[in-house]
Amino acid sequence: MSSVVTAPDTTGHVHDAHHDHAHQESFITKYIFSQDHKMISKQFLITGIIWAMIGGLFSVLFRIQLGFPNETFPFLEDILGHWAKGGKISPEFYYALVTMHGTILVFFVLTAGLSGTFSNFLIPLQVGARDMASPMLNMLSYWFFFAASVVMISSLFLQTGPAAGGWTVYPPLSALGDASPGSRMGMDLWLGGMALFIVSSLLGGLNYITTILNMRTKGMSMTRLPLTVWAMLFTAVLGVLTFPVLFSGVLLLLFDRNLGTSFYLSDIVIAGKILPNEGGSAILFQHLFWFLGHPEVYIIILPVMGVVSEILSIYSRKPIFGYLAMVGSLFAICILACLVWAHHMFVTGLNPFVGSIFVLLTLLIAVPSAIKTFNWLTTIWRGNIRFTPASLFAIGFVSMFISGGLTGIFLGNSAIDIHLHDTYFGIAHFHLVMGVAAFFGMFAGVYHWFPKMYGRYMNNTLGYIHFWFTLVGAYCIFWPMHYEGFAGMPRRYYDYQNWESFKMFGGLNEFISIVAIITYAAQLLFVINFFYSIWKGRRVKDTNPWKANTLEWTTPIKPGHGNWVGEIPEVHRWPYDYSKDGHDFIPQTTPIGKDESSH
Amino acid sequence: MKAIFVIAIIILIFIVIFQIARTSEFISTLRGEEKTRKQSNKINAYLLLAFMILGLVAAWYCNKILYPKTLLHIESASEEGKHIDLLLWINIILTGIVFIITHILLFWFAYKYREQDNKKAYYFPHDSRLELLWTTVPAVVLTVLIVFGLKFWFKITGDPPKNALVVEITGKQFAWEVRYPGKDGVLGKKNFKLFNQPAGNNLGVDFEDPESWDDIHVAEMHLPVGRPVKLVINSMDVVHDVGLAAFRMKMDAVPGIPTTMWFTPIHTTEEMRKMTGNPNYLYEISCDQMCGNGHFSMRGIIVVESEADYNAWLAKQTPEYYSLFPDKNPNNKPAVVAPATDSSKTSTPIAAVLPAKP
Repeated sequence: MSSVVTAPDTTGHVHDAHHDHAHQESFITKYIFSQDHKMISKQFLITGIIWAMIGGLFSVLFRIQLGFPNETFPFLEDILGHWAKGGKISPEFYYALVTMHGTILVFFVLTAGLSGTFSNFLIPLQVGARDMASPMLNMLSYWFFFAASVVMISSLFLQTGPAAGGWTVYPPLSALGDASPGSRMGMDLWLGGMALFIVSSLLGGLNYITTILNMRTKGMSMTRLPLTVWAMLFTAVLGVLTFPVLFSGVLLLLFDRNLGTSFYLSDIVIAGKILPNEGGSAILFQHLFWFLGHPEVYIIILPVMGVVSEILSIYSRKPIFGYLAMVGSLFAICILACLVWAHHMFVTGLNPFVGSIFVLLTLLIAVPSAIKTFNWLTTIWRGNIRFTPASLFAIGFVSMFISGGLTGIFLGNSAIDIHLHDTYFGIAHFHLVMGVAAFFGMFAGVYHWFPKMYGRYMNNTLGYIHFWFTLVGAYCIFWPMHYEGFAGMPRRYYDYQNWESFKMFGGLNEFISIVAIITYAAQLLFVINFFYSIWKGRRVKDTNPWKANTLEWTTPIKPGHGNWVGEIPEVHRWPYDYSKDGHDFIPQTTPIGKDESSH
Repeated sequence: MKAIFVIAIIILIFIVIFQIARTSEFISTLRGEEKTRKQSNKINAYLLLAFMILGLVAAWYCNKILYPKTLLHIESASEEGKHIDLLLWINIILTGIVFIITHILLFWFAYKYREQDNKKAYYFPHDSRLELLWTTVPAVVLTVLIVFGLKFWFKITGDPPKNALVVEITGKQFAWEVRYPGKDGVLGKKNFKLFNQPAGNNLGVDFEDPESWDDIHVAEMHLPVGRPVKLVINSMDVVHDVGLAAFRMKMDAVPGIPTTMWFTPIHTTEEMRKMTGNPNYLYEISCDQMCGNGHFSMRGIIVVESEADYNAWLAKQTPEYYSLFPDKNPNNKPAVVAPATDSSKTSTPIAAVLPAKP
């Protein structure tokens, strides 16, 4: 069946094989082992939503401990058994929760769930291709992700618990079972799960790059690509360049754990035992980890930047401001992302001169980020803005990106980082700039493209309620954390009450926990809305409900495998001709008029 | 029973919200979608404006409540930390201005340019001058921040003054151990393979090395005020981090790779108690790098005191060598087994988390 969809000819001969094709599809080939990029995208999205609910729930559980360290909640023991004896979460479980929360949200939700959903869904639809370059690899990408999920989930059910050394899994803590119960079997499963995850990510990334470069429809020059596609191209390139480095780090850690090697281990006495390892460097792992780990945050935020650029433009009824600058800044971020990893390591004893180079390169990223921010602001300036849940979340994204981005300037400056490193200031920074901001962009994207995915609308009122609770909640949770960071309050503490320097924040921690629980509950509104609308949402009657210019809105309301019924349309212009020459919008397929200047 | 009740209420709330949302969709179909859309557009535009105003007020209020708790209004307890405080303030002010301006623009534009029937969006795809403006301005501001930052960074990470006191601090799950070089000013050699808990050699000190014989091993760090101190930082097991929030200092403890950090304490513990108004105030060493289940309890204490008090305290300490091998002690005094016993001057409660010396 792959022969049906690997006919990506841009010469435009009639391609209607999918009509009869629909009849041949069984449940399994249509919904499970599907090679249709749209179905794979939905698989990624729904798996991502399930992961997000689990990862979010973990944060609720550890916030219960942080907010109410003196109280017991018997229902926790009913649910969690020996992890919460007497209704109080144990330190082992607390650290497992923190670790899995980070791992799940960074990798399984905001990498696979985000890129997997939007790259898969939008690239073929927006560049004008019938499917990905290799639908087979695309399907494998999802199933490797699924396998990684199964391995990661199964680690939750071990006697010794899942990995508990933080999502950064620094050795020797993660290398030695005696150092932490989570570093026993749970860590092996974490590493195995990540290895599968990396395979999935690479298969996806190679496919995205190939499709964008080779399968654009006639007339779709690179400068006519929507910014979503540009963003996904750079994301995929970053992932392909950096994920293999994490793979090597993961592999060496597996060797250290199971084969007696000493890549990361030296001079260690653990649990009263002198280990034979000598000559390894614990810092080596940090370099390998952050060589992916830092680009990773751009792998998360770049696709969202593309989505937000597209959505702000559509709902403002204005072209995106500074298209070329937007592409250029994406490119600059992509390059710089690979050159700043050691700013996570200013206090590891790094050579101060090397540190200073990383300060320079890190703070340089603020320039393309500022360009993007001001371009977004100018995009909505003098627009005619329609507030749907999608555009509200896009505006919320810009707010979160500014708030979280500005604090990056503090942390990137090594001298300040000495004081703020690994404190709640860092937590506030990265949650706002890549956690909440990325979620906002993802929500915006789901609300916007839901009609294309399912042929139905999501409920607007629920969307508005979801947006306002999330916006206010996110700021109430993360804004005050900056102050805890100023006081030097360290991350990943189970209890602060014995600390003269930090115990004054007990009341604040309680407040944050309560808001976190409410905000989590508000996310369930989104989940309910999403699943309810798949089957019961208002039907879409117009092929182009948002009056957008890009190619996906030229397909039928519910496109089959192959996307376009007849020829793939030809493209004549860039995708941002909104409010030009008195026209509300001019789709990319409309030829340029005689007197019309192309943007 | 109570749990079921709570769950029932929560489910009920969800159902109510959900029904309201569904009904609103029906109503919108009845009233005409276009009309409903315009109305909700207006409501959301006003809400965005209200959010900006209330948000800025809330940020001010948050600052009013929380700023005193950060202790930033009390200057850094180390001379070098003052540079960090200054840089922090430069950053807070510059980013604060940018934050307020961009947020006012964002929400004001959203409100001002909400969809209105009689208006049309302005086709404005690019403007090189504007883009040049917001490329160069951030670049210039960042250059200033980088210059200041690196100047302080090199100062802080540079060589300590010659008269610096050398103290070794070693992290292990989940406690800190402190070693002073004694009269010769040199720390005796160590080798992790010499670790021997039953014999009391918890740091793997090489007692064959004569330079180790006068080294003092304690659990609580004492420092003289006004004198630079260079910490030599080690770890016995996993990566830890010596976090000194009051001094604005931090450095990882990495097994096999010793690190250093230096600073000059400028306030004694007593002075800090007066300045903070907290009679129990302590300089605490927090572990700032995830190190296992007891990470949150890995607490050490630094007592900063006058030079005279410090010397008096030091004179009372018995070198570890003599504690472990009392017969080698030329003074032939009965050995003091637990070194960190002198807390009379400081009335410092020795934290329960600190390990008892064998």
